[in-house]
Amino acid sequence: MASLLRIGNGEVVPRQHIPRIDFPRFLRVLTDFVRCNGYIVQFFAYPEGERMRLLAVLRNSELHVVETEVERDYPSLTLLAGAKFNLFEREIAEQYGLRPNGHPWLKMVRYHANASGRPDVFGNDYRTDIPGNYPYYRVEGEAVHEVGVGPVHAGIIEPGHFRFQCAGEEVLHLEIQLGYQHRGVERLLTTVPQRRWPILCEAVAGDTAIGHNLCCCQAIEALAGLDVEPGARTVRTIALELERLANHIGDLGALSGDVAFNPPAAYFGRIRGEFLNLLLELCGNRFGKSLVRPGGITQAMGKEQRRIICAKIKELRPEIIQVCDLLFSAHTVLARFEYTGTVNRALADQLGLVGPCGRASGLEYDVREFFPTERYADLPAITNRATNGDVYSRAMVRREEIVHALDLIEQLLAAPEEAHQPVRSAEHRLAPASFVVTLNEGWRGEVSHCLLTDDDGALLRYKIKDPSFHNWTGLAMALRNQAISDFPLCNKSFNLSYCGFDL
Amino acid sequence: MFKVIGTRLNQGYRTSPYPNQPVRLSSRFRGLPEINAACDPAIVRRCAGLCPQEAIAAEKRTIDLGRCTFCGACAQVEDGAFVRFSGIFEMGAARREDLIVSGALPDLASHAKAHFKKLFGRSLQLRQVSAGGCNACEADTNVLNTPFFDLSRFGIDFVASPRHADGIHVTGPITRNMRTALLDTYAAVPAPKVVIASGCCAISGGPFYGSEDIVGDLNSLIPVDLYIPGCPPHPLTTLHALLAFFK
Repeated sequence: MASLLRIGNGEVVPRQHIPRIDFPRFLRVLTDFVRCNGYIVQFFAYPEGERMRLLAVLRNSELHVVETEVERDYPSLTLLAGAKFNLFEREIAEQYGLRPNGHPWLKMVRYHANASGRPDVFGNDYRTDIPGNYPYYRVEGEAVHEVGVGPVHAGIIEPGHFRFQCAGEEVLHLEIQLGYQHRGVERLLTTVPQRRWPILCEAVAGDTAIGHNLCCCQAIEALAGLDVEPGARTVRTIALELERLANHIGDLGALSGDVAFNPPAAYFGRIRGEFLNLLLELCGNRFGKSLVRPGGITQAMGKEQRRIICAKIKELRPEIIQVCDLLFSAHTVLARFEYTGTVNRALADQLGLVGPCGRASGLEYDVREFFPTERYADLPAITNRATNGDVYSRAMVRREEIVHALDLIEQLLAAPEEAHQPVRSAEHRLAPASFVVTLNEGWRGEVSHCLLTDDDGALLRYKIKDPSFHNWTGLAMALRNQAISDFPLCNKSFNLSYCGFDL
Repeated sequence: MFKVIGTRLNQGYRTSPYPNQPVRLSSRFRGLPEINAACDPAIVRRCAGLCPQEAIAAEKRTIDLGRCTFCGACAQVEDGAFVRFSGIFEMGAARREDLIVSGALPDLASHAKAHFKKLFGRSLQLRQVSAGGCNACEADTNVLNTPFFDLSRFGIDFVASPRHADGIHVTGPITRNMRTALLDTYAAVPAPKVVIASGCCAISGGPFYGSEDIVGDLNSLIPVDLYIPGCPPHPLTTLHALLAFFK
């Protein structure tokens, strides 16, 4: 393990301290690491002059960092060390034209030209439409038929393409092609002034505005050496939990709607809005945009806001409990939820699922508990009881986390008020030649941002990872041997981000 | 069965009184900006300099609501000496240039395309297209279907097929990878049709302006009839814009 450097969440590390090892050793270290309950937080390429480096942030009960240097190609870790590397390697190939030799299924991720000017790994001409030069996977057979959906879907949702290979009603394979939402966020971040970073990070995934922007601001705070007042940290924690509440409650409503049980769908739809309105009370935006900025928060939480949030939670808690009981005691609902779209623990582990989807399959990982930021070190953790990996478990995890989040907010508000000042916008000087990685448990799971600065303190690389990056493959696997009519239900039970994935 | 009835009784009637009665949003909500035309030019320049969206024109003393994300950074300068944000959420506009404001917005209801009111005033079916949106615009459009806003009571619905639609409602900065799908969807809507640009992304590229991977301005692809500013627009902003423009 001497090849790995142990780091903290949000800890600045001089880049020269990051162990740089040759590729054969890098391969050995990473292979051993992921085989012993280790997971990948970040794995990406960045240019250093003419050279290309691969940097990996790994986690078990601690965080570690290591890097290596590669030329044009390297032996695929997906082939040699496992599926946890799959999407990361494809992303590296797409972003910088570095080929992982022997990758079992090397296809593009988001469909865009690479930034290095190397020949395109996928043989694409990017003047043609997505998916370009890619034949979708096909199952052959007389009774086999194909169902294609998207990119424009039937509801008010984001675009993505889904291809089902079916025998009758049964799905043999689901292929998910994303990239339609690709806005070039990472590349844009390295070219625009710092004052735009929080606004861009809030728009990585609008439903995770707090989660992503917290990662961004914590990274800037670390690199610029800014202190955040405890009172401001309390507000940020409350905001992250409000975001979780709004989304989890919305998800339970949507799951209910997908099995045609309309009352909880209607009630949860409205209650979700009540939590968005609490974020509006805090900062003037229903998604918490503009609340978090480097150094703290833009608007202090005063007596009025505390009173409104306390009263609202007191009012809504019994309603939520009653509607949850209505949903989870209806046998028609349980008949659809139970044993549908199962991802067992072994598979979830192999794919490295995170967040509620991982916990529903029995992977006990929660950033709030493992690598706490803000006020989480002072707050109780949650243990999820439903771990079968089916739709029911994913719904149950949300139900438990809703109650837990209400408790956390009440506990934070019951503590004595800590005065805090709003922060004004400013450009901060960042530590030169440094590295920092930040992690937060967004409502979908582990959100992580990684920043590298050059010798002048300018941004060299900004890497973003939404939890959906890990979990989309989980959805594809959940659909295997399921009825195609259960797709909406499975999809909603994961409720992954298109834009967070596409960046 | 008893649980269903019990919960129903408990939930009661929850639909918003808007538009029959005026509603007030939280005191922190940032709506239509109030601009102080007599402000010290140095302060105006400071506001313009720190606006992440480059939405403030210092010489003309205007704010482009088509670029603004309503982050409120300018209102922090000298305690709002140049800009303060009011609670007015009614901000839809029929022309792009109307969104560049130095004070009030023109009355949306008296826009030039009166034939739309006749065509779609009693029934309006829209196809929503997310073209690179961060899902905040999409989510706050979706809530119009919850019992609180209950959009369908006005005869307005979001439909699954563009063939069933009277127009499209577009969110997001129009990524290159969604450009064709968007144009195909637009082509599939039978004429006469309306085009609505919702959120600063669809109007100007929003936070993503300057990216090579986006188109950035819906109007450069297809003619836009109605602009709804915001990041995202508040559901009431969208509701007001739809009612004022079509009713």
